[in-house]
Amino acid sequence: MNVSPSGNASAAGPTSAARAHHTLRADGVRLAYDRREIIHGLDFDIPAGQIGAIIVANGCGKSTLLKALARLLTPSGGGVLLDGKAINTLPTRQVATIVGLLPQSPIAPEGITIADLVSRGRHPYQGLVGTWRDEDERAVAHALAVTGLAELADRPVDEVSGGQRQRAWIALALAQQTDILLLDEPTTYLDIAYQLEVLDLLCELNATEHTTIVMVLHDLNQAIRYTDWILALRDGRRAYYGAPEDVISERMVADVFDTQARIITDPDTGLPLMVPDARHSLARFRA
Amino acid sequence: MNEDQRCDAPQASSASATSLTALNGLRAVRRRANRRRAAVLAALGVLAIALCYVDLSYGRTFYEPSAVFDVLAGRDVPGVGFIIGELRLPRVIVGALAGIAFGMAGASFQLMLRNTMASPDIIGITSGANLTAVVGIIVLHWSGTRLSLLAMAGGLATAAAVSWLSWKGTLAPTRLLLMGIGLAAALNAATSWVLIRGDQWDMQAASRWLTGSLASSDWTDVPQLAVIVVLTGAPLMLLVRQIDVLRLGDAAARELGVRVDLVQATVIVLAVILLSSATAASGPIAFVSFLSGPIAAWLSGPSRPALATAGLVGASIVLLSDIVAQHVPPVQLPVGVITGIIGGPALIALMVRMSRKQVFA
Repeated sequence: MNVSPSGNASAAGPTSAARAHHTLRADGVRLAYDRREIIHGLDFDIPAGQIGAIIVANGCGKSTLLKALARLLTPSGGGVLLDGKAINTLPTRQVATIVGLLPQSPIAPEGITIADLVSRGRHPYQGLVGTWRDEDERAVAHALAVTGLAELADRPVDEVSGGQRQRAWIALALAQQTDILLLDEPTTYLDIAYQLEVLDLLCELNATEHTTIVMVLHDLNQAIRYTDWILALRDGRRAYYGAPEDVISERMVADVFDTQARIITDPDTGLPLMVPDARHSLARFRA
Repeated sequence: MNEDQRCDAPQASSASATSLTALNGLRAVRRRANRRRAAVLAALGVLAIALCYVDLSYGRTFYEPSAVFDVLAGRDVPGVGFIIGELRLPRVIVGALAGIAFGMAGASFQLMLRNTMASPDIIGITSGANLTAVVGIIVLHWSGTRLSLLAMAGGLATAAAVSWLSWKGTLAPTRLLLMGIGLAAALNAATSWVLIRGDQWDMQAASRWLTGSLASSDWTDVPQLAVIVVLTGAPLMLLVRQIDVLRLGDAAARELGVRVDLVQATVIVLAVILLSSATAASGPIAFVSFLSGPIAAWLSGPSRPALATAGLVGASIVLLSDIVAQHVPPVQLPVGVITGIIGGPALIALMVRMSRKQVFA
């Protein structure tokens, strides 16, 4: 199992010169939604410099959990620890330079350009009067280049394709230059080409800048391909946690999603591949 | 490391190569946008001052520029001194300050709630200030600072009520908008009831005030309005970057380190104080708070919220409407009638546009 903080970086990206590795940990986290508790005491570590996925059935509090990890929600019990300190007690602007979150359906103000949107990622670094420094400009230019949006910088966000828009939001998170990046379903509403493009981009970011990435994903096979570790919840509790090849099993799919599936070996990657049970097919209904 | 097997990591060299051209491009675009905002602000400043001058010199009688400047410089000009110094000057100053106040307060609300419809004259806050002010005029026979404070209390109470009614763990803009429109209707009905029960004379004064009128402005209105515009306008300008990030939605703003609830509460309190004191001085000049923000955004571009620009747009609308109201119709009209004539169709146009984009869905 490779769920342990892996060795620190050698070749840091151009913007991560003095970036320290921060750690994030859920410590007995309890979360309630509309007074109903949906996460009942969750413990887990987010290993630095790795990519992880949180796998939860719909409506079981994945967004809530991600928001709690990003100090947007205060747990009803337990706590989220950033470098060992309760994240809610740290100055929020300081946390914003360490932990970034891409919310599920963010709003872009009408008419705003991609460059403008990405520039908002520099908010935590700007003082009260908000002097825009060259350092900020460089961070934005780098984020645009990495996400392949440099050519589209002047285009209004509401006029570009869904994939480009999603990349613009990721670029905002990149301009924020956080060590830890949390993403709530970064591939939703995207066609398969864009989905893979976004996931590849996150991998590249992890490889070049050693950003710790945690995302909520619905597609189990994508989680297997693109992560170092998977956390699967069942009934608001930690059910499975570990490297994909250790965690994925037919029982796991049944436990987490209440669905019968077969696990085979992906002929291309040698990794596990989930194939839903043959009963879930048109042929069965025509039989 | 295991991730190297899973994620093919192309070298970032191509990224850093494009980075330089991109960087220069970005700098150029940002400079251009900054220049545009500064130019718009300067042009509006000049326009507002020009309108002040026109409003001062044209009345029942026209005064030469030299006479106007002599009065402004404090020199005693027989016959002219009283008309310009005591009648027209306070009117122009109150008009300009009220315009700034309506414009800035309206734009603050619209930006913060991410909706042009969420201007205080539509979500009931102006109606709340109106009701208490009308009670103050008709029932209590108050004026000046006391009336201002009463209008402020009414505005703040309405803002608190609307926020509370639409609260869902966080400020929910669409709910707030609908609650506010409903509450505005109820408050307007209450205002009419108070009006009907008033004396003939009070009723006339109160109705004129309700239309928004600068005709009875005098020097007693000026100091407190000026102080409040400075004391609430300046902190609003300082909050403009937080308001800007709020435009990305609550979650994104919190994530970027904005203390959303604190910023929203502060902006609401400041904007309501600003709005209510202007309302107490001039009456609710129709649609100025609603129109200024969108016009300012249209002029200075969408990249940054244009709060100061909205203030100057508001001042220009009020002054221009005041000039039109005095000179164009056969009889002098209150300034609010003119802004109402402009604002009504603008509101309808916006609602049509919004329902096409399914904002209400």
